[in-house]
Amino acid sequence: MKSAILQTATRYLLPILLLFSFFLLLRGHYYPGGGFVGGLVAAIAFVLHSFANGTANTMKILRYKPLSLIPIGLAISTLSVVAPLLFGLPPMTGLWFEEPIPVIGMIGSALFFDLGVYLVVIGVVLTILFTIALEQ
Amino acid sequence: MELLLVIVIGLLYSGGVYLILRRSMVKLLLGIMLLGNGTNILIFLLGKITKGSPPVINEAYKVFQDIYADPIPQALILTAIVISFALTSFAIVLLKRVYALVDSDDLDDLNTPEEEEL
Amino acid sequence: MLFTVLTGLITSGLLIPFGKLIKIKWSFLLPLIPVLLFIFYLLHIPTIAGGTNLVQHVNWVPSMGVNLDFRLDGLSLLFALLITGIGTAIFFYARTYLKGHVYYDRFFAYLLLFMSAMLGVVLSNNILTLFVFWELTSISSFFLIGFNNDSKESRSSALTALSITGLGGFFLLAGLILMGNVAGTFVISELFSKHDVLLAHPLYPLIAGLIFIGAFTKSAQFPFHFWLPGAMKAPTPVSAYLHSATMVKAGIYLLARFTPVLGGNELWNNTLMIVGGFTMAFAAIHALFRVDLKGILAYSTISALGMLTFLLGLGTPEAIIAAAVFILVHALYKANLFMVTGIIDHETHTRDITRLAGLRKVLFPVFIAALLAALSSAGLPSTFGFIGKDLIYEATLHYEEHWALWLTALAIITNVGLVAAGFMAGLKPFTGKLPADFEKVHLPYPSMWIPPLLLGILGLIFGLFPGVVGDLFNNQAANAIAHAETGMKLKIWHGFNMVLLLSIATLAVGIVVYLVNKPSEKKLAAVERFNRIAPQRVFLRIGRSIMRASAWYTHTFHNGYLRSYHIKIIIFAELLLAYKLWISGPIKINWEELTPLSWYEVGIVAILLGALYIIVTTRSRLTSVVSTSVIGYCICLMFVFYSAPDLAMTQFTIDTLTTVLFVLVLYKLPSFINMTSRWIVIRDAMVALGFGVILSLIALRVLQEPNTTDVSSFYGENSYLLAKGKNVVNTILVDFRGIDTMFETVVLSIAAIGVYSLIRLRLKASEKE
Repeated sequence: MKSAILQTATRYLLPILLLFSFFLLLRGHYYPGGGFVGGLVAAIAFVLHSFANGTANTMKILRYKPLSLIPIGLAISTLSVVAPLLFGLPPMTGLWFEEPIPVIGMIGSALFFDLGVYLVVIGVVLTILFTIALEQ
Repeated sequence: MELLLVIVIGLLYSGGVYLILRRSMVKLLLGIMLLGNGTNILIFLLGKITKGSPPVINEAYKVFQDIYADPIPQALILTAIVISFALTSFAIVLLKRVYALVDSDDLDDLNTPEEEEL
Repeated sequence: MLFTVLTGLITSGLLIPFGKLIKIKWSFLLPLIPVLLFIFYLLHIPTIAGGTNLVQHVNWVPSMGVNLDFRLDGLSLLFALLITGIGTAIFFYARTYLKGHVYYDRFFAYLLLFMSAMLGVVLSNNILTLFVFWELTSISSFFLIGFNNDSKESRSSALTALSITGLGGFFLLAGLILMGNVAGTFVISELFSKHDVLLAHPLYPLIAGLIFIGAFTKSAQFPFHFWLPGAMKAPTPVSAYLHSATMVKAGIYLLARFTPVLGGNELWNNTLMIVGGFTMAFAAIHALFRVDLKGILAYSTISALGMLTFLLGLGTPEAIIAAAVFILVHALYKANLFMVTGIIDHETHTRDITRLAGLRKVLFPVFIAALLAALSSAGLPSTFGFIGKDLIYEATLHYEEHWALWLTALAIITNVGLVAAGFMAGLKPFTGKLPADFEKVHLPYPSMWIPPLLLGILGLIFGLFPGVVGDLFNNQAANAIAHAETGMKLKIWHGFNMVLLLSIATLAVGIVVYLVNKPSEKKLAAVERFNRIAPQRVFLRIGRSIMRASAWYTHTFHNGYLRSYHIKIIIFAELLLAYKLWISGPIKINWEELTPLSWYEVGIVAILLGALYIIVTTRSRLTSVVSTSVIGYCICLMFVFYSAPDLAMTQFTIDTLTTVLFVLVLYKLPSFINMTSRWIVIRDAMVALGFGVILSLIALRVLQEPNTTDVSSFYGENSYLLAKGKNVVNTILVDFRGIDTMFETVVLSIAAIGVYSLIRLRLKASEKE
């Protein structure tokens, strides 16, 4: 499935799509979007890249195995769940920074939770697709 | 529109059930996916469908000023969609493995007849 | 008391990893356990004899009223002493008997398990824990009967025993739970005060009946007696321990224990008298026809158990004290006789009494032990058996005038049989001329013949000083059964009276029967002709028809074809749902509330239905996969129209990925082949359409219900206030129901790991090839 047009296109598409996916993740709390959708979009970006350039090349860009994203993601969301315990609050209590940050808006533990979800979704989808693709 | 959706649900279920009654493993899998889709729409429909008012609070306010679509079915379906992807991918790989082992898509070929005497 | 139960259980568990050590040199440690426990219970005699009961309470499942409550009274102590005391003898004996056996360690693990379980049964103060231990004894008995697991007979006997006692256990559990519910307590010591409540309750006959079945199966009463002779397939120490001295008496214990709770009315007494009376006479006569030593002992054991049931049924103070004494008498001489039989079997390799004779010349100490047992069983004056027999006659003679004569006659018949059977087992192999082929028989290790000898001597001592025995534990045991003072004194000499006359007559007739009756294979065959109507056959036939029925059921419903399971489940669901719809009344459609249709919606639905049609009918795999994704995109558009942007995005991306996945895997596979016949297609289509129609109707039905939006509006109103988010779906996912999402990601991870390992696994397997 190698085509020059697709290869060129994905070279630009990959960063754009990744940026978009991150954008979806960040604004998820206020507008449609969120960790699931963001993660899926990011995964699609990589899948598209692997279609154009071959899975092996995509793996090179990723540097780490997608499988390793799963524990990282799980750890981040778990941390955001238990973090309130440090402040003597029940787990899952929302913690927020006082001042909003430009562009992103308010940052709180929910965002980190979503970030965990985002990473897990990317890890899961890419693990599944790449193991299958590499095995062909 | 609700009536149309009701018909769509019924037909999706019919198609799903018909497919899982086939001998082919691929059809079985497609049938399960159809059933999943049917269920998603069913849940969606039961939360009263609303046009043009997503469950997102307007920027200027802190609470809803108008009617809005029921968010709970949406949250449920979102979860269901993602989980069904996990299910489907695992099933596909399983199917692939079975196909590699018995070299057939026919479910009946998986049965190893064992006649046990009592 | 808890520790006495646990010691055996824990040691039994430890034997699994450390069994090898026991086999080699540490086996002398094993008998220490029953010895120590025996001493522990001996030390409790003074307390219990003084009339106090010990109680121990350990919480286990307090919410369900199941606690480890233990209680030691006269009856429990009598049994605990039997279990540990006879256990001590058996452990010493079995160490030598099974020396060098492959499953040496396993044997003792089972035996210890049994001992603990049995202690648990007699010490439990809670009927539910009692039941748990009760079942444990059945299980350990199953393992021990089937101990020689390479013999088919052993295995089938073990199964018979387990199914009979297990079945009984089933009924017992029902009975115990009913009793507990009616009385409002599961604690035995509290049940005593509920006697009147239970007796007056309409469920009383059912409770009593269920408990009877449990007790009768365990204690081998007619018609459940047949598992006991089969249980003789177990190694002889097991027969001596479980199947004559202790386990089979669990049923008797149960009846005795619940006599003060449920007894004292006609139903209770008459049932026990009839069943016990019939069993004891039937088995005593049966014993006379056996040629196998163990067969004789098995039937005489059944007879003795019948006697005990019968005595409990009489229910008079005399009868109860007679029962308490007879439990001890019987355990002493029967365990002894079994061990003697074991020695004979071990040394001569036969148990056929038509062949055995004159062994006293080569096995003299064994002969003494056997003689003591036989005399005790015959009830010769100055043996403990004499006291037992006396009490039995006294009990029957003093029963209500009208019945006394008949009951006494029944007891005489039984005792005559028991006398003769005792002599056949204890005397016959040792008297007469020693056959040439047994001349080389030599005495086994002392550890085998000392235990039976000790039991014999103990019987003699008890017989000489019955008053001491009575004061020490029998009276208290009888008091526990009667739940009142029985105030009887055991005496060695009652003077010249009717009872003594009967005793002597029984002995004389018994000896005559022993001399005249020459059991032979021919006679045995003649008796076995009746087997066709024996309960055993009936049970076997029932068992077989159950098996046939289940085989038919399995073949019909579990044929291994996935779609056949599917269609059964679906049709069943359809019927159930249709019924529910039918009874829930007509469906009304509220036309005004419906959202108006627009042309693009109709268009999308049309595309969706077209794709659906293609999936169902196409033969190309790729086409069907593409059509499935078309359906997905259509649904995605619907989400867009109906205010679900999050869903639309998720559906779109997932759908894309699924299609990629399908294409990656499936594009190599061949196209579908149509393998089903026309009418099956029509049938499936009907079923499928039916399901769809029912689902549609359900959807309509639910639409007409008023919508409750409490939860939704809570989320809607508090989304920003509590979770600082304006996208309600997202706040539900990451905040309100965050834990759910958390676990969803875990599920996703598991799926990914599953896929990953499944593929890697396959690679490795193929690499090997």
